[in-house]
Amino acid sequence: MIPLAFRIERLRQDTHDTFTMDLTPPAEFSFAPGQFNMVYVFGVGEVPISISSDPAQKSSLQHTTRVVGTVTKALKRLKKGDAIGIRGPFGSSWPVEEAVGRDCLIVAGGIGLAPLRPVIYSVLAQRQRYGRVVVLYGTRTSEDLLYTHELENWRGKFDLDIQVTIDRGGREWRGHVGVVTGLIARASLDPGNTVAMMCGPEVMMRFSLMELQRRGVSPERVYLSMERNMKCAVGFCGHCQYGSTFVCKDGPVFRFDRIAHLFGKPEI
Amino acid sequence: MIKTLADIIEEHPFFKGLEKSHLDLIAGCAKNVHFQEGEVVFREGDPADLFYVVKQGMVAIELMVPQRGFTTLQTVGAGDVLGWSWLLPPYQWRFGARTIEATRALAFDAKCLRGKCEKDHDLGYELLKRFSHVISERLEATRLQLMDLYGVGA
Repeated sequence: MIPLAFRIERLRQDTHDTFTMDLTPPAEFSFAPGQFNMVYVFGVGEVPISISSDPAQKSSLQHTTRVVGTVTKALKRLKKGDAIGIRGPFGSSWPVEEAVGRDCLIVAGGIGLAPLRPVIYSVLAQRQRYGRVVVLYGTRTSEDLLYTHELENWRGKFDLDIQVTIDRGGREWRGHVGVVTGLIARASLDPGNTVAMMCGPEVMMRFSLMELQRRGVSPERVYLSMERNMKCAVGFCGHCQYGSTFVCKDGPVFRFDRIAHLFGKPEI
Repeated sequence: MIKTLADIIEEHPFFKGLEKSHLDLIAGCAKNVHFQEGEVVFREGDPADLFYVVKQGMVAIELMVPQRGFTTLQTVGAGDVLGWSWLLPPYQWRFGARTIEATRALAFDAKCLRGKCEKDHDLGYELLKRFSHVISERLEATRLQLMDLYGVGA
């Protein structure tokens, strides 16, 4: 529960409102794809941020976040060599093992690609263990795309299908324009043998779920990452209560059929 | 074996489930077309005398916005239908379409098809059901795009 001091190695601006921090932990740091840390800016406050780096890298880690509040604004002002407090890793993880032997569909919207990036690293590290791997990624404009160099590299691989779509673009954009749900309909997958993992705005996930259902992907094989205000990260404070679960402890990654009765309910 | 236009149309998901007699009627109004990359398929305001079913490639549906240039509203690809302004008066394209990649498609003569639909209301109803589905999907996508889903607080 006590934060450890991690050193900032680099701060990189990804988009106009999003940046990535490279951190050096005081000792080897292990995490599972999908987990998050509580990131503490001394004297300012603490926020939950998902870990976006390669889980195989134990001596460094990355957090990608959007500048939305006091803490993330303070984070962005920090420099190389500054220390921040980290508690974690917390929460559940993506079903990387369960997806072995199956087709793997990753659906990300906006900053939702950050918590899914460790899945892509993990799957690529053992690519032969998976069937078809499809990554569908939607953002507002081409300027809002995260990890553009990696997307280009991944796209160059013959065993990974990366489809990117934006909500609006000019003639300079040569890719898809439209919502990410439209890409699900076209994804080359065996729906009966697919594990889907998605992270993004809840409305996007709601419509994506409908499309997955239409294609015949079983709700037991659909996983999504939920977002709620978190404080303690260990299920004590109740800030992130989601029905009978806590997003910090039981999530953030949930199997859809287990939260289907809660998902999209305006009261929850 | 060389496939006829009726065979190609029958295999396309958009026309799935149509009776053979209707497929033959539709095939009578169809032809294969090919567009180079960057080619204009149709322009906003022009008569909507054709519609397309994309077999391969990608097409941008776009709108000219003064001071901003051409804005792509949506892209359509293999398996998608391009254009429904041919269905409703005044039969004019509401938006423009331009290929992003070299594109192969089936083009359907709208006047020919409208005539056949007037004579055979069963065919008209079948086509209208299919186009209603396309229009509803496009409306849903547009609403989601309008929500600016990926913005802060969305």
